[in-house]
Amino acid sequence: MKNGALVFLTVFIALGASWCGFVLAPTRQLGGAKQTAVLNSTDLYPVGRPGEANLGLQVYRANGCAACHTEQVRQSGVACNVVLTSAGKNPEAVSNLVFSLKLNGLAKEVADAVSDRVSAAGGKAEIRIVATGPDIARGWGKRQSVTEDYLYDDSVQLGSLRAGPDLSNAGVRAPDANWQLVHLYAPPSEVKGSTMPPFRYLFDVRKIGDAPSQDALVFPKGFGPPAGYEVVPKAEAKELAAYLLSLRVNVPLYSAPFTP
Amino acid sequence: MSTKEKISDGAPVLRSSPATEGGSVPASRLVSSLAPPIDRSCQVPLLALFGGAALWLVVGSVLAMIASIKFHAPDFLADSAWLTYGRVQPAADNALLYGFCIPAALGVMLWLFARLSQAPLYLPFVTVAAASLWHLGVLVGFVGILIGDSTGFAWLEFPRGGSVLLFAAFLLIAISATATFGQRRERELYPSHWFLLAALLWFPWIYATANLFLVAWPVRGVVQAAIDFWFANNLLFVWLGLAGLGVSFYFLPKLAGRPLQSRYLALFAFWTLVIFGTWCGIPQGAPLPAWMPALSAVAGSLTIVPVLAVVAIMWQTLHGSTNCEPRGGPFCFIRFGLASFVLSALMLIAMACPQISRVTEFTWFGLAQTQLQLYGFFAMTMFGAIYQLLPRAVGFEFPFPKLTRFHFWISMLGVLLLVVPLAVGGVVQGLKWANPDVAVMDVSTATLPFLRVSTTGLLLILLGNLLFALNIFGLTFIWKLALLRRAIAVLKTPLEAEGETGSAFASLRRDKEVQA
Repeated sequence: MKNGALVFLTVFIALGASWCGFVLAPTRQLGGAKQTAVLNSTDLYPVGRPGEANLGLQVYRANGCAACHTEQVRQSGVACNVVLTSAGKNPEAVSNLVFSLKLNGLAKEVADAVSDRVSAAGGKAEIRIVATGPDIARGWGKRQSVTEDYLYDDSVQLGSLRAGPDLSNAGVRAPDANWQLVHLYAPPSEVKGSTMPPFRYLFDVRKIGDAPSQDALVFPKGFGPPAGYEVVPKAEAKELAAYLLSLRVNVPLYSAPFTP
Repeated sequence: MSTKEKISDGAPVLRSSPATEGGSVPASRLVSSLAPPIDRSCQVPLLALFGGAALWLVVGSVLAMIASIKFHAPDFLADSAWLTYGRVQPAADNALLYGFCIPAALGVMLWLFARLSQAPLYLPFVTVAAASLWHLGVLVGFVGILIGDSTGFAWLEFPRGGSVLLFAAFLLIAISATATFGQRRERELYPSHWFLLAALLWFPWIYATANLFLVAWPVRGVVQAAIDFWFANNLLFVWLGLAGLGVSFYFLPKLAGRPLQSRYLALFAFWTLVIFGTWCGIPQGAPLPAWMPALSAVAGSLTIVPVLAVVAIMWQTLHGSTNCEPRGGPFCFIRFGLASFVLSALMLIAMACPQISRVTEFTWFGLAQTQLQLYGFFAMTMFGAIYQLLPRAVGFEFPFPKLTRFHFWISMLGVLLLVVPLAVGGVVQGLKWANPDVAVMDVSTATLPFLRVSTTGLLLILLGNLLFALNIFGLTFIWKLALLRRAIAVLKTPLEAEGETGSAFASLRRDKEVQA
């Protein structure tokens, strides 16, 4: 290469190509995305988060929760489970048949065949589609995360390290606001041996006045503040808890099907 | 002043008179007032860029220590919002990348462009202003992260105010560097030129894209994540690769005492790095349209090509090296940096492979790779370059030259103790996450011993950084003292005809005349 212009041209072409590929193309493909229909339903997904939860996303961002938690469930594949719904008129034959067959984790064709054999024996069987993989087996979600799940989030908090569990379905797994708040205030009180740092600065510890505050946290035995004191969440803590409770990616979609 | 020698393989090596040759004169022989004009034009910009960089390096490693300790004692400094893990960790990373790596590289680049052009730096005062602007931008961004103003995007956490300053400062420095490049006497480009010119264009493009699409007018939904992946890869892998290799390919042959082997291999590495490397970076499990991770996997496997080219260059250039500097000098830094680049690129390529990514994604393995790239490769290369060039540019030896060698050993050990446990711990962690029978708490407990060792590594790195800062600040002090002494000397001499005495600039001007 004899002159700088050639270097600039090389860079322009190389970086321009990847810019078109990884910046422009996904913006064109997904930038105008709208709500999609939930599988076998007329409901639309996703619905925006409530206002308080949306503020909570900003608390989540400001405190860098994504440094340790992901919000993306992976799945390795899809399988079919055959579930007996009715034993029919000849329960003994059907149950003998069912016990002799493998019912879970089947391919579609095998599941159909099993279902046919159960029907032939007089019973009724239903085929349920389930996602598979370690994340699903841990109960972190019913299906993998897909692009639709993040439609209304700004900024999107995918995270890249699981120093703690995935939070895609934090609201499904721990739907109690008090649990979430107590866990934020003193993680070991709810999860023994937790390495999560406490977020005490999101709470006020104060003397109980004439009447205890309605918001005061209810602690498990041995973890509360000293007698006569109460722990009250600040606005940010309430918003963060509302956000965590709003984390629910548990509806089946065309791009990520499962039988609810 | 300079004569060009054609070496048998066609690579031109610029040889010049000993007084102006950066790499070949023992610094002790140089006297400040006799520093050649090329070096003198770089003095203030380099000290401004490197001084701030040394400060951020120390600040960043202190915060990295705090973040690491939190894993052993979650209650440590937990009562202040600005010291919570999720703020300290990105603040430490950003201080290392934007505070040290980039300004250090910019300083080395400016000197290299002036040196390779055999011309003084163009508009040195603009670069001084740009250096202050850059470090001010880092300060704004750094404080922004700590007070909770982070944008929430990995490697782009600085809030808007900070990134605008960084962008403006980078442009100013790029203009000065390009203008200096335009003044070159030797028209033929040296391999470092390609890498560094590409780096000058690369950064404004990716930084502007990321800030416009993610911060100023954010795109919707998961596209944000896609753009952030693209940006982070193009900054951490490609930009650092371009700047680091460009600097390496200048100093490696100088220190090894033989020309770069070879120019064509370096050109090949350059082309393949910019063409394949820029498509890496989309994680295999990302919730994006499947074609994106698939494309990144292909690009990842092709990236083995530039990596092998770098290995070949390193092997052939170092084979038969005549270097006889004491162990632990700049040569060791540069070699260690190159080896780290190869290793970290191999880790990146491994993570682009879907089967391996199943285990390593979401684990400490990824952080091990980034730390190896940022510190093991880039920072170490910059240390070597700065230790080599700064005494020559300023005209004084470092105040504690033995500590520079100690810095090498302590940093090398620190990098090993930081990266190896994180990588091994990451694989252990990934295998445990992949087994749903292992409880969440057991996974996190299993990684703790590895994190403990990595904290020791961070401590060693912090010590090394302190040694570096000590030498940089010491040298700056000596330089300022000499400037002051000369100013006083000028004051004491009888008034000259121009009536310009009494200022340091007058004395500088006088020196220039003496030389002319």
